Amino acid sequence: MSNFKKLIIEPLRKTNPITVLVLGICSCLAVTAKLKPALVMGISVTVVTAFSNLIISCLRKGIPSRIRIIVQLVVVAALVILVDQFLKAFVYDVSKQLSVFVGLIITNCIVMGRLEAFAMSHKPWESFLDGLGNGLGYSLILVIVAFFRELLGAGTLFGYRVIPQSFYEAGYMNNGLMILPPMALIIVGIIIWIQRTRHPELQDNNK
Amino acid sequence: MKKDINSNRYIFMYSTILVIVVAALLSVAAIFLAPYQKNNKDNEKKINILSAAGIPNVNTDNAKQLFEKQCTAMYLLDDKGNVIDESGKAFDTDLKQELYNKEQGKPYGLPLFLINTDTNLAYVIPLQGTGLWGAIWGYIAIAADGNTVLGANFDHASETPGLGGEITSEGFQKQFVGKTIMKGNKFVSIKVQKGGIASLPEADRNHAVDAITGGSITSKGVDEMIENTLRCYLPYFERIKK
Repeated sequence: MSNFKKLIIEPLRKTNPITVLVLGICSCLAVTAKLKPALVMGISVTVVTAFSNLIISCLRKGIPSRIRIIVQLVVVAALVILVDQFLKAFVYDVSKQLSVFVGLIITNCIVMGRLEAFAMSHKPWESFLDGLGNGLGYSLILVIVAFFRELLGAGTLFGYRVIPQSFYEAGYMNNGLMILPPMALIIVGIIIWIQRTRHPELQDNNK
Repeated sequence: MKKDINSNRYIFMYSTILVIVVAALLSVAAIFLAPYQKNNKDNEKKINILSAAGIPNVNTDNAKQLFEKQCTAMYLLDDKGNVIDESGKAFDTDLKQELYNKEQGKPYGLPLFLINTDTNLAYVIPLQGTGLWGAIWGYIAIAADGNTVLGANFDHASETPGLGGEITSEGFQKQFVGKTIMKGNKFVSIKVQKGGIASLPEADRNHAVDAITGGSITSKGVDEMIENTLRCYLPYFERIKK
């Protein structure tokens, strides 16, 4: 049970793929202007990391080491295409918003990173949990960033207006800067700052 | 006996089997999901056709219903503007293929959708062209006078976001409303004018819209797409005017 907890919970906090390992930043900038695409992207990445970890871990003893990266890529690519097809079939509008970024999950460093670092050397169930944990860690940051960007940038959450009209009449304005990609980076920076202040062991000490 | 998993023989076998398994899996998924995806695509097409005709608030939920109510006819037109099909086959007709057939001198049928808005009868014409990186397409709605544009919308496969990709923005598409494609009896299409319509003589401003800053090649693509496609439909408009 403790192992289970560790594999799922740790990537949400101290080994978070975005804020600690700083992987997968590219899609984090691109899809976090609104909560809904961010959430769907998070779920998609979680599904891909979890199942690619599981499959690669099952195959790990039979994979010839000379073509292991290619085998990993084939598995990841197949899963990504599956996810893309499912999104196109069932959440078409979101799939249009995410456009190329679903396809680009293939190149998301988190996926390949976990395959190489974990799935190739661990048992299937552990690998599955590790993939799930890392996917959730990624999703968590995406959702936090998207929450602030949509709230401050558009005054809505999941497309519903949350800042009342009376605020706007009193002179409040949406911050257009929040919609632009650089703000995603700045928010990620702030999250990293808060996290490292709370967990001093994550700070680099170059003394 | 333990197999040597690094022998060439094993590697070839392994990769062959892996690829076949993955390909089979993906094919099955594609076939299984195709009807759902087609439904979404059709819905999107209906939304585009209806909103080009100027019908407000069309969304995924009401598109099908509205389309059935407001689309009075779907035609396929031959080169002389005759209606050759009214059965609704037009909806699934691929304009790109038909334009290609036309180029090759083969028989073809151009799709046309008649949308009855509450104030107008709109002739919605699909458009197909090329932008900078890939295909662009859209719909333009012409009023029953065969001249006035009621609305237009565009979409693209891979234009640069923020530059050429701006052809999907409402601001760009709104410009087309109320423009006219005929100057006297001459077909002039709608120019997508680099430098803005303010740079044109007064008389031409009603036949042009502002191009997109930083999207010159895409703008030119839109310009050519509208001119080339509309030209094919002129015989039909000649007929309905008579």
